[in-house]
Amino acid sequence: MTPLATSFVQSTSFIDACYIVAFSLFIYGMSGLTGPATAVRGNKIAAAGMALAVIATLLTPGVFTGTTTILLILLGVAIGTAIGVPAALYVKMTAVPQMVALFNGVGGGAVALIAWIEYRHDYGGSFALRVMIPSLFAAIVGSVSFWGSNIAFGKLQEIVPGRPIKLPGRSQTLLNVVLLLIAVTSAAILAAGTHSQALFVLGVLVVSGILGNMVVLPIGGADMPVVISLLNALTGLSAAATGLALDNPAMIVAGMIVGASGTILTNLMAKAMNRSVPAIVAGGFGGAVAAPAGGAGAAGRTVRSTSAQDVAIQLAYARLVVVAPGYGMAVAQAQHAVRELERALEHKGVEVKFAIHPVAGRMPGHMNVLLAEADVPYDLLREMDEINPEFSRTDVTLVIGANDVTNPAAKNEPGSPIYGMPILEVDKSASVVVLKRSMASGFAGIDNPLFYEPKTSMLFGDAKSSVSEITAEVQSL
Amino acid sequence: MNSLVIDIAILVLAGFVGFAVISKVPNTLHTPLMSGTNAIHGIVVLGGLLLMHIANGVLEHVLLVIAVAFGTINVVGGFLVTDRMLGMFKQKPAADEPAREEETRQ
Repeated sequence: MTPLATSFVQSTSFIDACYIVAFSLFIYGMSGLTGPATAVRGNKIAAAGMALAVIATLLTPGVFTGTTTILLILLGVAIGTAIGVPAALYVKMTAVPQMVALFNGVGGGAVALIAWIEYRHDYGGSFALRVMIPSLFAAIVGSVSFWGSNIAFGKLQEIVPGRPIKLPGRSQTLLNVVLLLIAVTSAAILAAGTHSQALFVLGVLVVSGILGNMVVLPIGGADMPVVISLLNALTGLSAAATGLALDNPAMIVAGMIVGASGTILTNLMAKAMNRSVPAIVAGGFGGAVAAPAGGAGAAGRTVRSTSAQDVAIQLAYARLVVVAPGYGMAVAQAQHAVRELERALEHKGVEVKFAIHPVAGRMPGHMNVLLAEADVPYDLLREMDEINPEFSRTDVTLVIGANDVTNPAAKNEPGSPIYGMPILEVDKSASVVVLKRSMASGFAGIDNPLFYEPKTSMLFGDAKSSVSEITAEVQSL
Repeated sequence: MNSLVIDIAILVLAGFVGFAVISKVPNTLHTPLMSGTNAIHGIVVLGGLLLMHIANGVLEHVLLVIAVAFGTINVVGGFLVTDRMLGMFKQKPAADEPAREEETRQ
């Protein structure tokens, strides 16, 4: 490049202009995600914005000069690409929640490390409050997010037990509050002018890391959609804080948009479970419930078990069949088998719809992704509010590996822990077939009266082979 | 206005933009939305890039390489997995169905 061109490209105004274009692309790309038809393009536009932001950063004078600096940057990018690309390309769609948790975690980890470097860089020097405060905030939140996401990953991957792990009674909440206070106090001491490397590492980074562990460990598997989206929002906010510290508009905008969207999603998820975010973070829900509240005990209630052949006959002669999938479908990888069944039924002239509860699965919209993977057209998928009025004219509802989201106790038993949670009203349909591995209760650990209703029949076994058997029977009819 | 005030103004406005844009996303797309926004906060990688040239000593360099690697995983992995997911959302198949089946079988 000519010297003139070089100085133009490296001028602050040019780089700032690039950042502005970059964050416009983020916003434009995100707004594309409002519809399935524009979403693919929207994601690519956002990715282009990211590429532009990276290029602009590297053009900043001094940033990409010197052999060591260039080599180390390339090394970091190479390692990240070598891990990120295969992970993204080969992850099974059923494992997407833990993948998102992991990607979120490393983002939080990067934030915490950058905050540490910033602190070290100005250690002993004059560290302006406008850099100090956002950096300390980023260090705390980034560290919480890193460790919290890793635990969430561990729980979803079943490395860490999915049931809540917590101290008895209220002591867990107390411990978490104390940890948070230690981290915030350490940060305040540092911001007040005490320069101590040890206090930064131990008091802020390590204590926040322990806090991240302590917050997510007590949360049950069923609450994971809320946790992941909360952690996502936190990492976004910490990225925005890093942007404030570095005076970088692209980071501020991108981080804040993620913070806002994560907050919206978190609230939506919590509302779909009729629970508050603080109650979920306080933890201990899934599995902690002892006996079913009120109603008849298990004794005296009978479960009707059925065969694939009977189910096939029921389905083939129905007019409208609604499929209600849950996490069990994901675990059994049954989505392709379900698609085959849907095709076989359609062939017989049966109308098939899918009822999607907002918190079915382990992350918001999890079922939609799995069914999309199996090529189920998205216009067959119905959201809860849309499908509930239709259950009264449904002949057969096929519940595949869903439990708590179909539990009528949420409507009928004020004593039930999930009372008030909006559910798929499958008990209103003429008959219900539940595909389930065994009579074990769902992640929330709550008994489901639906299974004992006279119109319900149960087909026990692996969801994938059960569905395939039913499909074969339907085809042979 | 000093740059801090400007930065905070940007922060607040971006929050409102985020709320406005995202509240229109249907349930169907919540997973891709989450993984897409997840990729976007990988923007922290810029922080690693910006600080690399001022780092001193082995520790700071190692930490920054890790930070850049983490940020890159976040960005590249996030956008790719979102793209893969979104590619699966299709409308009711039309006449070209057999061809599509071949695609999905891979």
